[in-house]
Amino acid sequence: MISIIRTMWLTFLHMFHKRATIQYPEEKIKLPARWRGRIVLTRDPDMGERCVGCYLCAAACPVDCISLQATEDEHGRRYPEFFRINFSRCIFCGYCEEACPTYAIQLIPDFEMGEYNRQNLVYEKQDLLINSEGKYPGYNYYNVAGLAVKGKDKGEGANELAPVDVHSLLP
Amino acid sequence: MSPLLIVICVLGGLLLIAPGLIWVERRLLAVWQDRYGPNRAGPLGLLVVLADTLKLFFKEDWIPPFADRKVFVLAPAIVVITVLMSFVIVPFSPGIIVVDLNIGVLFFLAMSSMGAYSIILGGWASNNKYSLLGAMRGAAQMISYEVFMGLSLMGVVLITGSFSLHDIVEAQRNMWFIIPQFLGFIIFLIAGIAETHRLPFDIPEAESELIAGFHSEYSGMKFGMFFVGEYIGIMLISCMVTCLFLGGWLGPAFLPPIVWFALKMFAFIGLFILLRASLPRPRYDQLMEFGWKILLPLSILNLVVTAGIILWNES
Repeated sequence: MISIIRTMWLTFLHMFHKRATIQYPEEKIKLPARWRGRIVLTRDPDMGERCVGCYLCAAACPVDCISLQATEDEHGRRYPEFFRINFSRCIFCGYCEEACPTYAIQLIPDFEMGEYNRQNLVYEKQDLLINSEGKYPGYNYYNVAGLAVKGKDKGEGANELAPVDVHSLLP
Repeated sequence: MSPLLIVICVLGGLLLIAPGLIWVERRLLAVWQDRYGPNRAGPLGLLVVLADTLKLFFKEDWIPPFADRKVFVLAPAIVVITVLMSFVIVPFSPGIIVVDLNIGVLFFLAMSSMGAYSIILGGWASNNKYSLLGAMRGAAQMISYEVFMGLSLMGVVLITGSFSLHDIVEAQRNMWFIIPQFLGFIIFLIAGIAETHRLPFDIPEAESELIAGFHSEYSGMKFGMFFVGEYIGIMLISCMVTCLFLGGWLGPAFLPPIVWFALKMFAFIGLFILLRASLPRPRYDQLMEFGWKILLPLSILNLVVTAGIILWNES
């Protein structure tokens, strides 16, 4: 009997407690920086595309929502001819981000992607590319890749040694 | 006021307040659960009432092919009719009463017992296991709680010497009956909750065990009827408690009598909702045991002691 009255009293006191509700459209929740939301393609510090079209993200994707076609420009630099993510299939697992060798594909804390038309959830490359370096500022894949592209020969990048001269016996 | 006007006012008021109570209940429950409740549609979310009603109207009004059609349609009407009939004898303030029957309390008890038919017939006509189980529980609960609901009132009737609710309220000019009849008040309140099968005594519907109990098969406006009946039932019990134990319209003169009545009534509606927010549902056998083994002896004891004191004072 006493416990029933106590229960009712304690419930009544909840009137004066702080509300647990976040009134969403007006009030936004603070998302952690590592929240896995919308997928973006980031750029180099010199604003070149980071993606080299290696297909690892498409291979890692458990729901096969990524499709792309790699191609090469005249300087031997690979890039995706098209890059398409079907967000109506995407499960935001982040495996593509883990698989990416060039930090190009990244998941950002944004989930507000509602659409009335399902087809609008298919994002093309121009929708995915952002003018930012994302989570890895200053990272430039071609500077550390040991690969010859335009403006940089083998061994000229950061932390790179000149290629070994195979015709010489000297160390 | 002319009787017809009173009837229209009472009927209109009840049918307007009943859906409004949906909003009140949802907001209050939310407040007690650290939420906001419906606050989007209209000011303070009040238009949710309209949305709910419209939704009920436009839902498919479906009668299952295995149901007993006539009884199935009849059942939801019974609950609303009986509860509305009970309001005939409720004195809202001096003069605002549909009929001042000299057997008012008995009429109320009779009508609220008739409400049990709605549950039984609804559950039976649905031809569904859960509905039938709910109906059986509902019938047993209502009949057993009816017994000492009546007995707990008899203390008040003994002190007043009248079954008329108007006389009962007038007899409380010096002291509200909640003080001399505190036990009766508690028993009547508990029985009233069980009578309207509100939580925590919502054993006939018991969502977690019986889906929705006796109204599992109902949809659209027929379900709405059960719903409205339940809310009017809450109001009825609140009105009765107010009249019988809290001095009805009596109160300090700075507010009109009808306002005092409404205040007391809504305080009890709030209490009903608080009960729902805080207490878990007892098991069916616990409910029956509590009724027959505790409340019934207590109410008889209350009656005997009251009668004894009255006799002692007279002699």
